[in-house]
Amino acid sequence: MSETLIQFRNFSWKYQSQAEPTLRGLSFDVKKGEKVLICGPSGCGKSTIAHCINGLIPFSYRGDISGSLTVCGKETKDLSIFEMSKMVGTVLQDSDGQFVGLTVAEDIAFALENDCVPQSDLIRTVKETASIVSVSDHLRHAPNELSGGQKQRVSLAGVMVDNVPILLFDEPLANLDPATGKRSIALIDEIQKKTGATVIIIEHRLEDVLCRPVDRVILMSEGTIAANMTPDELLSTDLLPKYGIREPLYLTALKYAGIKITPEMHPDSLEHMVLSDEDIKRVKDWYGAGREEELPAEGEPLLSVKNVSFTYDNGFQALKDVSFEVKKGEMISVVGTNGAGKSTLAKVICGFLRQQQGTIFTHENDGVREECDLSGLSIKEIADHIGYVMQNPNQMISKVMIAEEVALGLTTRKKPEDEITKSVEDTLRICGLYPFRKWPISALSFGQKKRVTIASILSLDPEVIILDEPTAGQDYRHYTEIMEFLRELNDQGVTVLMITHDMHLMLEYCRRAIVVTGGRICADTTPAAVLTDPELVEKASLKETSLYTLALLCGIDDGRAFTEHFISCERQRRGK
Amino acid sequence: MINLFNYIDRPSPIHKLTGATKLICTVLWTFAAMVTYDTRLLILMPVISLLLFRVSKIRFRDVKVMLIATFAFMVLNNLTVFLFSPQHGCTIYGTKHVIIGGNARYALTEEQLFYHFNLILKYLSQIPMILLFITTTDPSEFAASLNKVGVSYKISYAVALTLRYIPDIQREYVDISQAQQARGIEMSKKESLINRLRSASTILIPLIMSSMDRIEVISNAMELRGFGKNKKRTWYVARRFVKWDYIAMAGCALLFLVSIAGIFISGSRFYNPFV
Repeated sequence: MSETLIQFRNFSWKYQSQAEPTLRGLSFDVKKGEKVLICGPSGCGKSTIAHCINGLIPFSYRGDISGSLTVCGKETKDLSIFEMSKMVGTVLQDSDGQFVGLTVAEDIAFALENDCVPQSDLIRTVKETASIVSVSDHLRHAPNELSGGQKQRVSLAGVMVDNVPILLFDEPLANLDPATGKRSIALIDEIQKKTGATVIIIEHRLEDVLCRPVDRVILMSEGTIAANMTPDELLSTDLLPKYGIREPLYLTALKYAGIKITPEMHPDSLEHMVLSDEDIKRVKDWYGAGREEELPAEGEPLLSVKNVSFTYDNGFQALKDVSFEVKKGEMISVVGTNGAGKSTLAKVICGFLRQQQGTIFTHENDGVREECDLSGLSIKEIADHIGYVMQNPNQMISKVMIAEEVALGLTTRKKPEDEITKSVEDTLRICGLYPFRKWPISALSFGQKKRVTIASILSLDPEVIILDEPTAGQDYRHYTEIMEFLRELNDQGVTVLMITHDMHLMLEYCRRAIVVTGGRICADTTPAAVLTDPELVEKASLKETSLYTLALLCGIDDGRAFTEHFISCERQRRGK
Repeated sequence: MINLFNYIDRPSPIHKLTGATKLICTVLWTFAAMVTYDTRLLILMPVISLLLFRVSKIRFRDVKVMLIATFAFMVLNNLTVFLFSPQHGCTIYGTKHVIIGGNARYALTEEQLFYHFNLILKYLSQIPMILLFITTTDPSEFAASLNKVGVSYKISYAVALTLRYIPDIQREYVDISQAQQARGIEMSKKESLINRLRSASTILIPLIMSSMDRIEVISNAMELRGFGKNKKRTWYVARRFVKWDYIAMAGCALLFLVSIAGIFISGSRFYNPFV
């Protein structure tokens, strides 16, 4: 029996500012060398657990503790945050925030500098650690010269230099594109094998974490433990959907096919999952039962982007001869790696940046069908046609009251008072915010704030709205809430363009995906077609859907049709 | 995008000096220039600093914007001095040689012209050195240097962090302001100043809110990696003083002493050619 490194015993925690405890009577152990995943919906207390393990609780946050928590055999309340930092290395969700050095080398050295390690040792250790996480070529680079994945590697190196026995990852996948996320999980796995460290991962994207083996999953709900078992056992229960965590898509598909999942099938990974001939026959039957062709939306063209190229002042060409057409009533995903040009494309369409070549025009102007070239218009005028919703609602909200915020665009356009009141009320109704219209924005949840920002754009009645990462950092429940809302808007005729890293989102909600790599559009087709084309997936840093893998496993050649069938099943179920 | 600390990396003897040396030298040099009105010294200093500019391989066009700004400020400073105290030179030098204007308030005197000449020289003595310091000091090393000259490492690191996050915050400012402009917040010159100031709040509030979030993350991240644990810390980028560092510091210290000594010897801050 190996030694217990972390031991929670009837542990509770209440933040000083809150009435109810966030963690209630937790008891669990983590043993040396284990790899444990802690998952649960937003607000379940999983980040609070992370704070308890790394010592931010009780040393940086105020509140009341009861029960006991020991790390490496020592009661944490009796230690200091610095003693804790020698035992637990934390890689934060926001790798930008964690990057405190001016360059990669300084950031990796940070913890050692604070320990007064002599400079010659610093230089040697930094060099060694940088090579383990393969950032050796970037030692002198500033954080803004690195990609999201590289920043995370630097963060990891920054905690590894301390030779800590416990590595804690707080939502490591949150800001990464799918392929980078997959590599990150693989890296964590390799580091653990190399160093024998105990690894704790806090994450709600279960399927993505499980692409490398995990010893145990702790499922949290409302400050208590809902389950503490091996992935195989957990996936054979129906606890995940019950607590608002999305189970791996291949399992959902198997369940649709009427197959009962048992731990003996090893459902934690498709790679070694055991499916009997009977199971495979069921999958085939389910697939054969109905087959709907996914058709691209028919409609009148609404927005045209023609041969657009854009080069930044520093000579970096971010868009190269980009052309596409958006039809009225479409809901489109724009996908690709960080730095592929997705955001630049959105900014050029909104007029924040101006293309050097090509034209962008709408086919509708004030409800009349006529071409309207956007390049001659100001940012404000373009906004009457194209609405832009930023990723973080806090970056947009500047008023105290909801109604004020939604009215802002209209007020600045000096519309008559009664017209403003009417259209604000209409928009609030559409967005389900009417009951809250007299509330201060600060009283709303993140998802509701997002709605307010969408409403504040909708009130201007644009022909198209562009959303940057509409569901980033959201758990499945909030994700569903936001996306269902967007779908309803779309059903009411709003044309939606989304920039996203979320493959599920694209599969489930969009009928069309535009894939951008290296500033060019390399595919413009259905999401299922994108995610079942291994070459394209590789090129655009996406991640194949496990449905495709499942199809191959069951001997179904047409992975794309299989995926499409699954999605239409999902949509039907949701519709009910 | 405007970079506050415009470090320009070119191999030169000036670049090789440690940040601490350059900091000490710049401080000594500017004090020397501030204290004295000795015209001989004030002519010598710009000449030396121009020579140092040559050595540093920093070209004037690299610092054009900053030069223009300080030049404009210098002109403004001279104009206001003349406007409010047109006979200041006469008070200082004790004589009055009128060139033109007779007894009028704004009569032009040799003393006043000489005073302005000195004032301009003072600018010319200080500005190139400060620009040189800014363009040749690696921001990474700057915090280590501050710490080396005795500033507490927490304050030094705060300076480094500011440098680290300025680009991020600038970028965020641009993003927020574009999104708000799209909603009709007019920030261009088309609007009156009052309206623009009012609009600025719609950009600043979100910027402040998101910066607050950021501060929490950063301070947590730093504490988790042991910042503030000991009374001291070491620096990855710190550099040792070598011969040239001592020579440079000694040179600047000498200059400072000459400037101070001049005042004591002549009994006045001013060099007076009129008596």
